[in-house]
Amino acid sequence: MPSSTRPRRPGMWAIRGPLSRRQYWLFAALGLLAPLGLWWLASSGSTVDKVFLPGPVDVFNRLVTWYTEDDLMSDMGISIYRVTTGFLFSAVIALPLALMIGTFRPVQAVLEPLTDFIRYMPAVAFIPLVMLWVGIEESSKISIIFIGTFFQMVLMMAEDVRRVPLAQIEAAQTMGAQKGETINLVIFQAAKPALLDTLRVTMGWAWTYLVVAELVAANSGLGYSILKAQRFLQTDKIFVGIILIGLIGLVMDQLFRLAHRKAFPWLYLKS
Amino acid sequence: MTKPKISIQQVGKVFGEGHHRVEALKDVSLDIADNEFVTFVGASGCGKSTLLRIIGGLEYHTAGEVLVDDRPIMGPGADRAMVFQHYSLYPWLKVMENIKFSRRLKHGRENLSEADVEAASGRADALLALMGLTAAAEAWPNQLSGGMQQRVAIARALMGRPEILLMDEPFGALDAQTREVMHDLILHVHRLEKPTLAFVTHDVEEAIYLADRVVLMAPRPGRIDTIYKVPLPAEREQDMKHTPEFLSLKKEILARIRETSGMKTDQGMLDQLNMQETA
Ligand SMILES: Nc1ncnc2c1ncn2[C@@H]1O[C@H](COP(=O)(O)OP(=O)(O)OP(=O)(O)O)[C@@H](O)[C@H]1O
Ligand SMILES: [Mg+2]
Repeated sequence: MPSSTRPRRPGMWAIRGPLSRRQYWLFAALGLLAPLGLWWLASSGSTVDKVFLPGPVDVFNRLVTWYTEDDLMSDMGISIYRVTTGFLFSAVIALPLALMIGTFRPVQAVLEPLTDFIRYMPAVAFIPLVMLWVGIEESSKISIIFIGTFFQMVLMMAEDVRRVPLAQIEAAQTMGAQKGETINLVIFQAAKPALLDTLRVTMGWAWTYLVVAELVAANSGLGYSILKAQRFLQTDKIFVGIILIGLIGLVMDQLFRLAHRKAFPWLYLKS
Repeated sequence: MTKPKISIQQVGKVFGEGHHRVEALKDVSLDIADNEFVTFVGASGCGKSTLLRIIGGLEYHTAGEVLVDDRPIMGPGADRAMVFQHYSLYPWLKVMENIKFSRRLKHGRENLSEADVEAASGRADALLALMGLTAAAEAWPNQLSGGMQQRVAIARALMGRPEILLMDEPFGALDAQTREVMHDLILHVHRLEKPTLAFVTHDVEEAIYLADRVVLMAPRPGRIDTIYKVPLPAEREQDMKHTPEFLSLKKEILARIRETSGMKTDQGMLDQLNMQETA
């Protein structure tokens, strides 16, 4: 039979068409390299001031000197420490609260409107208060990151808990499950995958609050370095800082995804 | 007369207040005997699910009384297991673990000897075999077809030896062939395990084929309209679906559902639709 009478395999531009792994990586590389090329082109013209737009090479050189002369690793270390500590405090307190909000209506009524309200207050504006109450120690930076992530986290996690299908809960009840058992063995278990996803998303937000947090009388950290570099017009260092924060965020995101695949294998079955 | 297993007496159920007030059930009375198989049919919204959920203790009634073994029901309990239409399996547990779920619960562990634990494990295996799931014991629920998933749900409900099995359109999402297989399976379970069975369905053929009695409910307010005793031998076979008794009962029930559902405005609706089309 001539092949023209058979429907052909849809091309990649068909609506929701297929894309092979190789093609995927090709496009991904294009998406990453094209901006890099544009950046290089834009900065290589002699008309552009290096202070205004440093080129990729300048940025790379700055990365090297920062590493060899300015103790990049300790800046990165302290920033990662601040973000993860603030984030962990957030998560540890948000999780049980969210379970209660998503399970018991009175708790929801007491806490949700309040949380919703605080969520809309800008975390940045809390800085003076945090300095007043917590001081300017390490804990103040962690507090800012906490404030920036906690309220969003509670609300999103509560929603995850509420989305557990009622049938799963009621099935347990008709098998004789007590309240605590229903919460531990069904609601929490059922919500776990969504909860981990929420943690992954809010982890990204924690990083965006880092720079803000390091406004508070810090003298180390990636965010602090970015701010200081601005004062000394070291534009290339600003670039390094921003790109590094992006890369660390990307790595953490991927770690969360890996953990998700390992912890919840039933969601990743090839059918 | 022997005592009924479930006694529903003048039960009423009102949802909401004021504008939102819905009288889902009004003055419903019914006795269900031990080991009886009763199916409920009726127009959408006539309160079938509500009645089943009240028996299961998942919903409270606002009038009347529901007695199980002469005792008023107080919330859900392991003596009344429920099988739902959808989404009730635990996707994070493999099939065998789903079936053994009730073993993780306190009431299932109390005063348990080694021998009991052995027996429980044997029972899980037996249920797995009964449901034709032995090969799927280590599969995740989302690897199974809809029919297989419902078998797991039924096995899991049976694990705790409930005296009453409540099923709300358990086969509603299955295709016709799978459903026929499930019918004979559930009849087999009923003979073997001897639970009292209350079963809600939209499918009148299913309702007749399975039941000792078919309860027809009518909406607004939800109430029992007619109770039909099924004139078929206790041992059911698929061929019986073509007997005159079966067909005439099916016709009678379908006609009555149509009468009670208030769908006589069909012609008016059609006219209205046509008018909009020509306008
Ligand atoms: N939680 C609820 N809140 C308010 N009204 C409800 C609630 N549950 C059911 N109802 C109402 O009670 C009536 C009976 O509902 P029910 O679900 O018992 O009907 P049903 O016979 O099972 O219908 P279907 O065949 O569509 O499943 C309907 O009018 C429904 O809208
Ligand atoms: Mg229903």
